[in-house]
Amino acid sequence: MSEALLEVEDLVVHYPVSRGLVGTVARRPRSTVHAVDGISFRLRPGEMVALVGESGCGKTSTAQAVMRLIDVDAGAVRFEGRDLTGVGTRGLRPLRRRLQMVYQDPYESLDPRLRVRQAVEEPLLIHRLGGTSVERERRVREALERVELSPPDLFLDRYPHELSGGQRQRVAIAAALVLEPVLLVADEPVSMLDVSVRAGVLSLLESLKRAGLAILMITHDLSTAARFADRIAVMYLGLIVEEGPAERVVRDPQHPYTRALLSVVPRRDPRERHQGTVLRGETPDAVNIPSGCRFHPRCPVAVNACRVDEPALEAKRPDHRAACLLT
Amino acid sequence: MTPLLEVEGLHVWFDLADGGELHAVQDVGLTLQPGERLGLVGESGCGKTTTALAIMGLLPPSASAAGRILLEGKDVLAGGEATIRPHRWVDIAIVFQGAMNALNPVRTIGAQIVEALELHEVVRGAAARDRAGDLLESVGIPARRAERFPHELSGGMRQRAAIAMALSCEPKVLIADEPTTALDVMVQAQILELLDGLCSDFGLALILVTHDLPVVAQLCDRGVVMYAGRIAERGTVEELYHEPHHPYTRLLFAATPDLDDLDQPIVSIPGAPPRLDRPLEGCPFRPRCDRAFERCETERPRLRGFGDGREAACHLDQLVSV
Repeated sequence: MSEALLEVEDLVVHYPVSRGLVGTVARRPRSTVHAVDGISFRLRPGEMVALVGESGCGKTSTAQAVMRLIDVDAGAVRFEGRDLTGVGTRGLRPLRRRLQMVYQDPYESLDPRLRVRQAVEEPLLIHRLGGTSVERERRVREALERVELSPPDLFLDRYPHELSGGQRQRVAIAAALVLEPVLLVADEPVSMLDVSVRAGVLSLLESLKRAGLAILMITHDLSTAARFADRIAVMYLGLIVEEGPAERVVRDPQHPYTRALLSVVPRRDPRERHQGTVLRGETPDAVNIPSGCRFHPRCPVAVNACRVDEPALEAKRPDHRAACLLT
Repeated sequence: MTPLLEVEGLHVWFDLADGGELHAVQDVGLTLQPGERLGLVGESGCGKTTTALAIMGLLPPSASAAGRILLEGKDVLAGGEATIRPHRWVDIAIVFQGAMNALNPVRTIGAQIVEALELHEVVRGAAARDRAGDLLESVGIPARRAERFPHELSGGMRQRAAIAMALSCEPKVLIADEPTTALDVMVQAQILELLDGLCSDFGLALILVTHDLPVVAQLCDRGVVMYAGRIAERGTVEELYHEPHHPYTRLLFAATPDLDDLDQPIVSIPGAPPRLDRPLEGCPFRPRCDRAFERCETERPRLRGFGDGREAACHLDQLVSV
């Protein structure tokens, strides 16, 4: 097994909640949002890990912490063996090139005034790479070929509004690839796209992965994660509650939350209509974390011990961990 | 039996700023029986939302519509606003994707439902407040939350509040336009369960407008697949999945990942839908179709019957499954 490219260890991200004027004067205790509350996972070259969970589970905060777009309260984010959490802005710059991000909405992430050529070239200029303009043009064309926008001549001088949603997302990916990163963080890369083109963008990510790129994909779509990721980490209220090889997590889930999520994912075949375990209520806010197992207030199988004891994320099957007292 | 809702030969055109015209909906027909759930599916720009807005009489001023929209046999499109207004929200209501946009941010959800009840002269005063509480309870919101403002509710709760408001006059038909698209999977399951209950318990007829085929497969009886402003295929949801007649239907399913079928490759449909601001020759799906032949280039396939309410707009005679 190859060395981890990214190693996240006991990562904690907390946000302070504004107390407001009255709260400050009355010296009410400060409260915090426990966005990420101590999670660990690893990512190897050529591997795709999907962080899956509902809004507010901490998956986007995790991605932003990995990218050092937000500050980390505790824990380590080791990239190529080096902890990023203590590195200053200046030290981050050469690292950023190797660690790129693709956002959800290609309609917003691309500057509407830039032609494809400029959008893909810009990162090279920012990082002072690519030398001469001839060399930069060569790299831009190569990046467009890699995202299957070929021949590049057809796309170089177009503006984003002249492209379809799928093509825009490909341009955004090209602008990340032009720096030749080794790790790509993709935050819901296809959720804004039409169903008919999603598969194409996901297959592109899959082939980039086969060529050695490591991909951390943030998604709420379990079907996509199951089909395209190598490993799935399911998050709930700031913690990873289950983690393992994608197929095993989906076929043999070990955590009641994962089981419930999988049971309500709509299937294509109308004959597979079934009730599913629809959990009542919504994820509690990350300010008032429930005692014991954080999932116990909504868990269909919780017992008394779940209110008190916080389960550790531990191996339930070979290479497959879950945080539940009952499995 | 007269259908509850019948749409015949509906066309919608939008005037474009450059003087051109965009033919967004082309000869669309639908029927809906009481208590029936119909899924209207397709990619963005296929005309499904425009069809829904035309049925509600809520098209923007730049649009013009032709055809017939019969509500219990009575044409509500012919006389424009005057003929649809008595029925809008009373017999037929709509909920939109971003519930936040449909709710007034500076009024509590209870006050907004009371306003809807009083505006349509269902009940007033204290009785209206009681009725608003009942409506909220019926969509799973505790009545005491009537005093909340939209921003104090989660996305799922706002969508429930929007559904409660749409139900205030006890309409016979509810159109839900991408009601779960922005929601998490568990909240989506809750909303789908709610819509399912409203149909089975109260006989509400539902038109579910969505790009999400699995959602239609799970909730609807019949489906209408739209492409480039036209109906590509219609049938029961079982027929659409197991025995598609139109290659587009089959390819849409094949592009959708499924938890029960992880080994099957997921294939995107190459290309993009055609622009609708210019005339098209032949089948609009031809450039993206894997079964196209010479005839598809020149002759536009008409929607034709395959028996038992099944229709497809394709020159192929056999099923296109597998």
